[in-house]
Amino acid sequence: MGPEPVIRFDNVGMRYGRGPEILRDLSFDLPRGSFQFLTGPSGAGKTSLLRLIYLAAKPSRGLISYFGRDAATLPRNELPDLRRRVGVVFQEFRLLGHMNVFDNVALPLRVAGRKRQDYAEDVAELLSWVGLGEKMNALPATLSGGEQQRVAIARAVVSQPEVLIADEPTGNVDPEMGMRLLRLFAELNKLGTTIIIATHDLQLVRMLDAPVMTLANGHLHIRPPRSERLRMQEAAAAEAEADRIAAAPAAAAPRSSVEPETPDPDEDGERDD
Amino acid sequence: MTNPIPKPPSGGNGRLLPPDAGRDRPLFIVAAILVFLACIAALGARGAWLQAQNWTTDLESSLTIQIRPVEGRDTDTDAARAAELAGSVAGVESATSRGRDHAMALLAPWLGEGNLPDDLPLPLLVDVRTRSGVQVDIAALQAQLDAEGLASRIDDHSRWASAVRRAAGTAQALGVGLLALLAGAAAAVIAFAARASLAARLDVIDALHLCGAEDRFIAGLFQRRFFMLGLKSGVAGAIFAGLVSLLVGLGDAPADMAFFLPQWASDPFELVLLASAPILAGLTAAISARLAVASDLRGRW
Repeated sequence: MGPEPVIRFDNVGMRYGRGPEILRDLSFDLPRGSFQFLTGPSGAGKTSLLRLIYLAAKPSRGLISYFGRDAATLPRNELPDLRRRVGVVFQEFRLLGHMNVFDNVALPLRVAGRKRQDYAEDVAELLSWVGLGEKMNALPATLSGGEQQRVAIARAVVSQPEVLIADEPTGNVDPEMGMRLLRLFAELNKLGTTIIIATHDLQLVRMLDAPVMTLANGHLHIRPPRSERLRMQEAAAAEAEADRIAAAPAAAAPRSSVEPETPDPDEDGERDD
Repeated sequence: MTNPIPKPPSGGNGRLLPPDAGRDRPLFIVAAILVFLACIAALGARGAWLQAQNWTTDLESSLTIQIRPVEGRDTDTDAARAAELAGSVAGVESATSRGRDHAMALLAPWLGEGNLPDDLPLPLLVDVRTRSGVQVDIAALQAQLDAEGLASRIDDHSRWASAVRRAAGTAQALGVGLLALLAGAAAAVIAFAARASLAARLDVIDALHLCGAEDRFIAGLFQRRFFMLGLKSGVAGAIFAGLVSLLVGLGDAPADMAFFLPQWASDPFELVLLASAPILAGLTAAISARLAVASDLRGRW
């Protein structure tokens, strides 16, 4: 048994009201400390899937467990505690317009009941680290899109969540800023944070050697990271070579062969490793 | 290489709920009017109770002996004799025979003055004042009067006293009922407003929720806001109610008209009532806002 995944989906389906199922039969694990991208065409259900992951929506069917807790049997009063362990950067930022940058970033700490004097220094340090040290008293409406994005990111990471979810975090910034933000996420991942980034930007995806979850028609495909695909390709090639040398006609379908571009997300095989 | 870390902004935390000053004003006015009406109802019920107490004390500390005119007897002498007899009964403070003039005066409103023939037989009245709290033996007095051969009837006003008490009880029940209705209306209005305020601020609520805010934290924000609103409208309503009751007192309404009018009886009860109105209004607002918001939040995940 490996370490418990932070989030596990088991045959999860989701629909809004009586509408069609937007997500169908999703089964996957988010291992602790992992980094993955989530892509897919618009309307494929990326945002719905993220909403499930950050506990803003309930699945219509199937099982989701957060940090080993089954969502279906979770008492309502334990949700806030779980939500505090998940940081979210929303596509549209969702900053509170009547509060200044400092108060926006400090919100998760304040909501958790921490005293201002205990966190004020940390928040100021984080803000100066994302380059907003001089704008702590500014209202979000006076900031540029990129600055608002950094406020949203600072708010998502300020309480050091175990999982960080970012929905199109580079959608509103130029490519250079997008790269800088991606490096920030990679840095956080090195410190142990599990990260999911939803993006349309394939260039961004290619910059990191990370698994890519692709949603299409409500179904999820998981493509292993490039390095693993290469390793598997090599393994497959080596096995084929061995088979060829042995010339044994029975070994027609090697078990570990994976086509590079259309992988089979064989989740159940990996789960209990 | 690293910039010096700037100092965090001084001062307190920013408000988590955005101020919606303009939106709250109509609600403030409605709540102030409700508190005003509630104070008037409470003062009115109190006034009715005080008035009824005065009246019943008056009625219960007096008896009336009626001397009927009988052919062949001098009614005036009989009345004087009855007063004498009544005066000697234990518990009686004074007994005064009212003469024929008094009886005529009582009839004047109906028959006019000077229209009565002098020989018209009129019943005479004897006013008996009793010491308060002492039960006069009416049956014994009646027996004494009968033994003297006086054609008399004693009225202890109990019929009237119980009618006044019933009326006062009705007025009080009405006052309490009005208070309950107004409190209910206030609670409903506040709950409605709290829901609307919550719905208008769903963005903030969502942000707070996803940052891990507990329901009671969010409900607490609305609770504080509506407590302050209830408190302020309570102060305004109570001040107006106090002014109105002072004006009614200055207007010098006749005592019989003052039943159920809010009157400044210049006792501490009024002050306590008016002072507690804002606090009660604040608590009503806070509780109904909290319950409304909490039940709405429970509907979300």
